[in-house]
Amino acid sequence: MKDFLLIFRNDPGLMPQESPEEMQARMKKWMDWIGNFAAQNKLIDRGNRLHTAGSVVKPGNIVTDGPYTEVKELIGGYTLVKAESLEEATEMAKNCPILLVGGNVEVREINPM
Amino acid sequence: MMQQQELIPHLFRTEYRKITAVLCKLFGIEHIEIAEDIVSDTFLLASELWGHKGLPENPAAWLYVAAKNKAKDHFKHDAIFNQKIVQQLGYLSPKTDEIEIDLSEKNIHDSQLQMLFAVCNPVIPPEAQIGLALRILCGFGINEIAAAFLTNKETINKRLFRAKEKLRQEQVKIEFPGNNEINKRLENVLTTLYLLFNEGYYSAGQNITIRKDLCVEAMRLTHLLTESALANTPAVNALLALMCFQSSRFEARTNQTGETILYQDQDTRLWNRELITKGKHYLNIASQGDKLSKYHLEAGIGYWHTIKTNSPEKWENILQLYNQLLQIEYSPIAALNRTYALAMANGIPEAIVEAEKLDLKNNHLYYSLLGELYLSEDKTVAARHFNKALQLAHSIADKTVIRQKLKQCVL
Repeated sequence: MKDFLLIFRNDPGLMPQESPEEMQARMKKWMDWIGNFAAQNKLIDRGNRLHTAGSVVKPGNIVTDGPYTEVKELIGGYTLVKAESLEEATEMAKNCPILLVGGNVEVREINPM
Repeated sequence: MMQQQELIPHLFRTEYRKITAVLCKLFGIEHIEIAEDIVSDTFLLASELWGHKGLPENPAAWLYVAAKNKAKDHFKHDAIFNQKIVQQLGYLSPKTDEIEIDLSEKNIHDSQLQMLFAVCNPVIPPEAQIGLALRILCGFGINEIAAAFLTNKETINKRLFRAKEKLRQEQVKIEFPGNNEINKRLENVLTTLYLLFNEGYYSAGQNITIRKDLCVEAMRLTHLLTESALANTPAVNALLALMCFQSSRFEARTNQTGETILYQDQDTRLWNRELITKGKHYLNIASQGDKLSKYHLEAGIGYWHTIKTNSPEKWENILQLYNQLLQIEYSPIAALNRTYALAMANGIPEAIVEAEKLDLKNNHLYYSLLGELYLSEDKTVAARHFNKALQLAHSIADKTVIRQKLKQCVL
């Protein structure tokens, strides 16, 4: 088994205004999706969502501040899973709820130090 | 008034464990056997003497006095013990008169808790921890422990002997853990009590009395923890809540001939309402902390199972609790139960897709789950899964349940 990082990206501008019920329904999809990996004993770390606020540090003491709400592909969260291969990990990412709101998942194999 | 032939075994259970804990604490882990011998001798004397002369007025008090005298005799006669051990115990003068054997309620309580921490120590394997707890803290006989583990006396004797040897080598102290290690140590204790309870609740053994005793003892020891300011944590209360909810169905889950009655076929009038109420009480206390343990999640699932009527709310809650539980700790049984909850909450087709991704193909429960999911979809496929489950199942009780399910597959 290898470890993979799933990186969720979406366009915050496309996120619809949600009622509490809609938000709960969306959270349920995430919980069930993560729960599927946990039930297969393939979840390493559920990971987390990320706030839109942040900063980027560049050489020469240049710091750019967020929020990055205007960025089209903002990293919104991440999860760590186990899989036999990149193909399997990619297959696992195909049901990710981020795809339902126009986002995408980047699947990267962890290269341990 | 209890008859003598009932009274002695009863006292043996309740008083044996109290006196043993106090003497173990007094003598230290390296001399558990001396403590056990003294208590056994005391009870032997009691049964001989009471057989001739009848019962004393206060049998428990009589036992305490007799055990104290035997312990003092031991100090007196064992010169090496006097020289080495008593000095180690911190007594200035090894005069037997000055050895205080404190059988007060408080010291019994403290000694039992300290022994619980000493015995539930990961330096010895879990089944040895459970065995020692049953012997020393619950007053079980070797025969009863053997019956509980579906094995023989020799195996248990060897297991307990090795365990005591190991505790001695590791110089495990009979004391309350310090504040900085209490959580870690408590975690071990809870794991052992959880296993002890499960041993009784899920064991393949046919001896219902022994199984019930194991559950009762696990609950008693967990309750003992809730009475201690040091150990009364939310997780302890959550575990106790879980045990209450589970054991509330004890009477309903087997019929007169000892066959398993599945949850959906149980007569809810046989569910113990008092235990359900107690479970809710402890779950309330458990919810006061800020740390979510696996016992909280399992107690939550247990709570929803005390409501038999199916509702979307019930199964959605159970599914989410399993989702969280599996993130804290994976287990095949939780994965299977979660998939059943997925079927009840999100529908059977979705659950079948997920069930087939589970890598549990040597587990009869896996095929039972698939059979169950296919029952409403395709009875031929369901039958194929139940037959596979039947091949893999070992216990008679499991096989009986699967055969009943196979009957439902007939078109």
